[in-house]
Amino acid sequence: MELIYEIGGTGRGLDLLPECDVEVTEMPESLKRNTMPGLAEVSETEISRHYTRLAGRSYGINNGFYPLGSCTMKYNPKVNEAASALPGFTMIHPLQSEKSIQGCLKVIKDLSDDLCEICGMDSFSLQPAAGAHGELTGLLLIKAYLREKGETNRTKIIVPDSAHGTNPASAVMSGFTVVNVPSGSDGCVDLEALKAAVGDDTAGLMLTNPNTVGLFDKNIKAVTDIVHDAGGLCYYDGANLNAIMGICRPGDMGFDVVHVNLHKTFSTPHGGGGPGSGPVGCKAFLSDHMPGGSADIDKDGNYIWKKASKSIGDMKGFHGNFLVAVKALSYILSLGRDGIVKTAQNAVLNANYMRVALKDTFDMAYDETCMHEFVMDLGSLKEETGCAAIDVAKGLLDMKMHPPTMYFPLIVHEALMAEPTETEPREMLDLAVENLKKLKEMAQKEPESLHSAPHDTCVGRPDEVKAARNPVVRFVRKED
Amino acid sequence: MGSYIPNTDNEQQQMLKASGYKDFDDLFKTIPSDLKLDRELELPEGRSELEVLSIMERTADKNKVFRHIFRGAGAYDHFIPSIVKSVVGKEEFITAYTPYQAEISQGILQSIFEYQTAICELTGMAVSNASVYDAGTAAAEAVNMCRDRKRSSALISSLTPPHIRSVMETYCFGTDTKHLEIPQKDGQTDTDELKKLLASDDSIACVYIQQPNFYGIFEDIDKIAEITHEAGARLITGVNPTALGIMKSPADSGADIAVGDAQPFGLPLSFGGPYIGFMACTEKLMRNLPGRIVGETTDNDGNRAFVLTLQAREQHIRREKAGSNICSNEALCALTAGVYLAAFGAKGLAEVALQCMSKAHYLKKGLEKIGFTGLYDKEFFHEFVTDCPGDALEITEYLETQGILGGLPIGENRILWCVTEKNTKADMDSLIKILENKKWN
Repeated sequence: MELIYEIGGTGRGLDLLPECDVEVTEMPESLKRNTMPGLAEVSETEISRHYTRLAGRSYGINNGFYPLGSCTMKYNPKVNEAASALPGFTMIHPLQSEKSIQGCLKVIKDLSDDLCEICGMDSFSLQPAAGAHGELTGLLLIKAYLREKGETNRTKIIVPDSAHGTNPASAVMSGFTVVNVPSGSDGCVDLEALKAAVGDDTAGLMLTNPNTVGLFDKNIKAVTDIVHDAGGLCYYDGANLNAIMGICRPGDMGFDVVHVNLHKTFSTPHGGGGPGSGPVGCKAFLSDHMPGGSADIDKDGNYIWKKASKSIGDMKGFHGNFLVAVKALSYILSLGRDGIVKTAQNAVLNANYMRVALKDTFDMAYDETCMHEFVMDLGSLKEETGCAAIDVAKGLLDMKMHPPTMYFPLIVHEALMAEPTETEPREMLDLAVENLKKLKEMAQKEPESLHSAPHDTCVGRPDEVKAARNPVVRFVRKED
Repeated sequence: MGSYIPNTDNEQQQMLKASGYKDFDDLFKTIPSDLKLDRELELPEGRSELEVLSIMERTADKNKVFRHIFRGAGAYDHFIPSIVKSVVGKEEFITAYTPYQAEISQGILQSIFEYQTAICELTGMAVSNASVYDAGTAAAEAVNMCRDRKRSSALISSLTPPHIRSVMETYCFGTDTKHLEIPQKDGQTDTDELKKLLASDDSIACVYIQQPNFYGIFEDIDKIAEITHEAGARLITGVNPTALGIMKSPADSGADIAVGDAQPFGLPLSFGGPYIGFMACTEKLMRNLPGRIVGETTDNDGNRAFVLTLQAREQHIRREKAGSNICSNEALCALTAGVYLAAFGAKGLAEVALQCMSKAHYLKKGLEKIGFTGLYDKEFFHEFVTDCPGDALEITEYLETQGILGGLPIGENRILWCVTEKNTKADMDSLIKILENKKWN
């Protein structure tokens, strides 16, 4: 399909502004642009149709099932969007006076308080803009705390080999070195390996629980105890919080710092890759290091800004992705204390319902009760038929479904990780199970058709090697 | 209570049975009982949509919305064409995940490719990423791009906006990067001091300059680039994207990396976010650029197709060896910027920039006639600093009572003003009149 730069024509455009009503000040010669930027020249009709076509070549939760493991692609309620579009939120400048932003401060205070209660933490910062950004924030809190105590010898962050890639990358951006520990055969932390890894140089541990294979690590308290006994701190990656909210809390498992993904657990949309929001919570002993500002109420009942006394500084300009916070607050208000528990229960139920229905079709990497997601291991199918996880995933595209996450976690080689979420009706889960069973049959009977799938999408499999070898990362207009 | 769970209680029970579980307790038995919360969460009960919306409306009403805004400092009140809101409101864009499955994500991928192209066109750079969180994180990531074993420290202009500088400093704390401030002279970064700093330390990897700077004044980027490169360091410029409609591009001035916030391209003020950090660089630095990058290729039938590319740079492949941890970015905001630029085009953007600049000059002259003093006599874009005939806070508080968000107080008697194309001559005349008629202490 054409790019926006390949449609329209010279001189086309929209009539958007009145004429300048003051004397024109020209740019000084030495600072002027040499050439006009090559932007589109299109009419409003063409813009409208162009993006409608692009929307038709995209796939959102509104289009269908999206069981992308570890991404919690639940339905994004429209009331959240309506709340965040209120002019009383969208038209507020970030540097307005305290008395003119009482509503914004209330949103920040209420959401922070709710997240503290849900996670078992003592304070929250809404400044981090995404999960990875939250990880960086949390690790900097740990760094600042250790520096203050003079424990500069603690330079290592322990990360299980099943962790999200952002964990080790965040540790390095915080100036730590990474110690990878292997998972046990049950997919959980190997306590002996962990004991061997901790020491005087341990700054902390980063962990997801339920972990990245969808299991609740029942030894979690032992894990956090081992790290604490060695003098380290425990960081909770909240990517999988959806499975347990209202049922148990990271703070009670022994974690000192957490981040949550509002764009996963708290139903705010992913927007094709962002904006997200990754608030960070911590126990009281770390609160003085929190970034940015938090909101409080003074004795007269007015909302005020509060700065941590030994803050690590700002993680992001201003106050984080505020409108995302508005959506998350609206979601928590809708759910309430009961709805939060029911959400977790049904996220886990939907996953187990699918797991049980599929366990005679595909090998389960860990054949036991899972939490919100489960991992299928297509290793034996690949051996038998030559069809790998990617082929089954691409086959699902022809059935108008988004595939599960492929090739993650790295400890399962032909992994397909499915997270249906609580917002899917039973019929959709049944259909997904049926489709996956069909795909296995296809792998056995006509593997070639899966190797070349998808057949029914607007493009076939793109040549990724070509894209990387010969990077074309922008459009260049051909000279006439 | 809106829990958004389609299956009824009855259906849930059937599904539990079908999966071999007695009840939800049975389903959750893998969680040790001593870890389970033995009480209800201390949160209110769930509410209906009508109640939720009315609570949120009441909360929003506690904020004051200003009709006339003369405040910028990193968040700019520009006109947003209606087509922008209409396009960005499409559910397929809003509810999609990162485009990992390229075959069903061509729309998102293409929109990012078009955005990257626009950023390259505006900055003059060879390559742009798919976005980072905002201006501050873009600047901080740019510093990380420049660091290596030999050169690991950074020089940051003292005229960098505080909301950007503070983020850069936090990231520097993370990587233990030494950073020094380049002092200012008469409202511009002091180039003599820059030379001295570069000469005194051969570990400097990069220099960061804001264009226009925090006071709205244009810096001499050509000269700064020359000085920086002579010392073997790299130049990062943080640029106002609207100004790029008429201003010499960072690449033409010799910068190696251009970053900034594309918030002025169609994103409302939103109390500071979501905004969008753009990052573009020379071809030489392409493989140091963090974040997602969309590339063009072909599918197995030779059709044009777009994919996430150069992923060997990224955390999900490289883990601790990745240059950055960024994963989620601000894709929907990139789409917003793309539609905004399609709507305005190069001519329209130049007009927006020219109107901002012209109107800012008009207001400055007007304020100077009533006892405000322009602080520096330098070329500026759409922001400028005045010393005031009264207390800056008192002045802005008074303006608030008149429904006007005045400039940002940045000193006892000092205000940083901002004017955009949305401010009419009549608004400015009225602002001047209000200020003129009031006696200050």
